[in-house]
Amino acid sequence: MNRELYVNNYCIVRDHRIYVNGKLCFESPVSNGLREFAKAAYRNLAPNYNKFFKMDEISKLGFIASEYLLNYISIDEYKNDEISIILSNSHSTLVTDTNHQNTISDPESFFPSPSVFVYTLPNIMIGEISIRNGIKGENAFFIVEKFNPEIIVNHINNLFLTNKSRAFIGGWVNHTETDYEAFLYFVTDKKALPHNRQVINNLYNNL
Amino acid sequence: MVHFLADNIISSLGITTSENFSSLLSGEVGIRTIYDKKYYPEPFPVSMIDEVSLEHEYNKLTLNYSYEGSTTKLEKMIILSVADALKNTKIDIRSRRTAIIVSTTKGNIDLLDPAKKGCFESDRVLLWKAGNIISRFFANPNKTIVLSNACVSGVVAINTAAMYINSGLYDNVVVTGADIVSRFVVSGFMSFLSLSQGACKPFDMNRDGLSLGEAAATVIMSNKSESNSSIVYLSGASANDANHISGPSRTGEGSAIAIKKAMIEAGITAKDIDHISAHGTATPYNDEMESIAITRNNLQDVPLNSLKGYLGHTLGAAGLVETAVLLEEMRRNIMLKTAGFEEHGVSKPLNVLRQNESKELNCCMKMASGFGGSNAALIISKQEINEPGAIR
Repeated sequence: MNRELYVNNYCIVRDHRIYVNGKLCFESPVSNGLREFAKAAYRNLAPNYNKFFKMDEISKLGFIASEYLLNYISIDEYKNDEISIILSNSHSTLVTDTNHQNTISDPESFFPSPSVFVYTLPNIMIGEISIRNGIKGENAFFIVEKFNPEIIVNHINNLFLTNKSRAFIGGWVNHTETDYEAFLYFVTDKKALPHNRQVINNLYNNL
Repeated sequence: MVHFLADNIISSLGITTSENFSSLLSGEVGIRTIYDKKYYPEPFPVSMIDEVSLEHEYNKLTLNYSYEGSTTKLEKMIILSVADALKNTKIDIRSRRTAIIVSTTKGNIDLLDPAKKGCFESDRVLLWKAGNIISRFFANPNKTIVLSNACVSGVVAINTAAMYINSGLYDNVVVTGADIVSRFVVSGFMSFLSLSQGACKPFDMNRDGLSLGEAAATVIMSNKSESNSSIVYLSGASANDANHISGPSRTGEGSAIAIKKAMIEAGITAKDIDHISAHGTATPYNDEMESIAITRNNLQDVPLNSLKGYLGHTLGAAGLVETAVLLEEMRRNIMLKTAGFEEHGVSKPLNVLRQNESKELNCCMKMASGFGGSNAALIISKQEINEPGAIR
């Protein structure tokens, strides 16, 4: 059995554009923030999935990236608990945290909402991607200062070598008050680009 | 092999594992109803750490360390917890071969509160920043790894540490974590109507929601044992329900998968597990879900407890707090009763502990579940060691 892992597909969302395997797949005419961009990118795929509209912005970003990534491949050959999702970012859910904080800071207008609060955890986007695709494998979300392939590569390799999982969605989904960026990639033992720190770094930086 | 060398718990019931365990053994409950508009406009039950003694202990500790920066409440809790655990091992925290993992859901989230504006730099709320403070305080040369995966963070952090050691990436991993009670978190859970009226009642017929708590806890894991009898990590897994982001699966799907995978990896069957430390938040859905996941794996007869009735739900710290207590239960061969449990209240006939009980504990399981459909489990076991200090 092949004990090496390879990057089969990758998707980058950056500057109002979506690239899959290096190829531009969607470009938004609007450039007024993540909310509008995510909606336009969603409409372009037209998946008819109403849960999308309930998500907070960063979950929409992660969801959109996963839709474009998985649009070009089939995960059906893997059992649902053989597919794992291991993600990272630097700002956790800070934009949504601030939204929740704004509903509770002033005693005169104290009105916290469960539909905002539930999104104040970074792994909720893993949950959203899992629900959409019926994925039931391992989950982990790491918070790092800046994009750092090492933690994700190590985690995925370790899960694979301990036979916990056979296919992986790894990457980075970050959202700040002024910017957003997603980089998701799909990893299996099918021969393609070797799954290591240098390759992941190159894919992330060379667009 | 991955050995558990030392641990610590900082909670409302004490600042060491043994202080906490003594309180738990005597049935002391750390949850009180407080009325403090800083946190919530109405009274609510919660397990809080005394801030005056936290400051006092932290100031005492800093005399022995060269770190001079200011620290938040959360960082003080983590630092105290790690420092106490380190006292009981020979591992070198300054070595490149020692990693630190911090497990937290919301970190320094209290700094978002307008009342705290200006106390620290505004981006101190970012979780990796708190992580950096911990490595700097202990002069650890590696970047602290921060894991934030809702209420399964602590168990996933231990599973991650075990993989680091087994793959040879590090020799030792200090797995620590904390979450604090804040207006942010209290009002969020209140908006979900998921907080209990009084101290929570896991697995009970009249359970009415969870109680929040704050805590820090640490477990130190290594590829070498430091004594003749050791508790070792056997296996662990996580799994997603793929069902709902805020409600557990009605079939216990993800939790059942995590338990099953952990049992297969450990090479054991249901009859090998002596005791289960459940997640047991005391929300109607969580405890029911766990009863189904446990029964799906034929573990319904195994004596089980939840510690949430003593210390509340400490979120990102919970998996670490409860694993540290489980380690102490195994060392003493005592299983703690489930505080708040009176009348069986889940659909499956679980063996929920009503009294503290003595039992030879060789192999035990810890479970966790959380928002985002996340679930995790880990299995630990006693091991006789012929040559302490040898890597095996």
